Amino acid sequence: MPVKDYLRERFFPHMWCPGCGHGTILNALIHAVEGLGLNKNEIVMVSGIGCSARISGYVDFHSLHTIHGRALTFATGVKLSKPNLKVIVPMGDGDALAIGGNHFIHAARRNIDITAIVMNNRIYGMTGGQFSPLSGPGVKATTAPYTTIDSSFDVVQLAKAAGASFVARSTAFHVKEATEMLTKAITHKGFSVVEILSQCPTHFGRKNKEGDAVNMLNLYKDNTAKLGSKALEEKPHLIPRGIFVDSERPEYCEEYDKIIAAAMKEKAS
Amino acid sequence: MARQKLKAIVINRDWCKGCGICVHLCPKKVLELDAKDKAVAVRPEDCICCRMCELRCPDLAIEIETEEGDNE
Repeated sequence: MPVKDYLRERFFPHMWCPGCGHGTILNALIHAVEGLGLNKNEIVMVSGIGCSARISGYVDFHSLHTIHGRALTFATGVKLSKPNLKVIVPMGDGDALAIGGNHFIHAARRNIDITAIVMNNRIYGMTGGQFSPLSGPGVKATTAPYTTIDSSFDVVQLAKAAGASFVARSTAFHVKEATEMLTKAITHKGFSVVEILSQCPTHFGRKNKEGDAVNMLNLYKDNTAKLGSKALEEKPHLIPRGIFVDSERPEYCEEYDKIIAAAMKEKAS
Repeated sequence: MARQKLKAIVINRDWCKGCGICVHLCPKKVLELDAKDKAVAVRPEDCICCRMCELRCPDLAIEIETEEGDNE
């Protein structure tokens, strides 16, 4: 099916700024879904609040636009009631790890079969460029005119420690890689986290003198390296990209089904 | 194997916001921004159908249409 068949064309052109990485992530996600040959009715997109969350309105899947930080909570409800549906939760860095930080670690702990996409632009774009828990020290933001002093979360390490059974990282520059990771994450049984670094030229780029979208994309090319590559070995300060965790662990809905079966058996006897 | 041959570079001018990602990251410099800051294919004959513009376009405004080329 052509890409446009997965979109709600009546809402286009979308509301994201020129050069926003979120559009590229939408593009990669649609290519992943198309590659898997999934039916539009099999997919539910659940999102919270923020620039990133607007993605659920643009796709012609089942969609749920919920409250800030609680997308994973709603998604857990959807998944438990309809375990056959593929549940995809796109979140921004703030939505996933500040407002929704607790929901994020607990969804990972339960290993519920949901695909969480962290569209990390290191800033709150929609509200005017405040710093987020993924900005990291030394970043300029409207709420940090003399730069931030807060350390950032490492999404990969956090997801790994919390128990996610699939964890990967890519960028909006490495679209083919990002599409592959999204494909694997959607097929993976269990909680999958894909962090995709996404440029915000309007707020992050302008404040931090990283130039336009093209320049920011080139920075992703220069500042990241593939896991296990020579470049990463020689320059360990580069941000590693790749699949960090791909393991099997009991999945929450399946475990819950067992409980239902055990309870029904007891009731029948 | 037959190589993919370019049929058309379709650019949706209503969706393009002129960010220039396709223009600058095209390995063959096929695209340019016009006076209205919209992407246009100025050198389609150089296109190698790598589809990187289509995949990277944040506005989902580019589509590379291909057909089976001659056997080489």
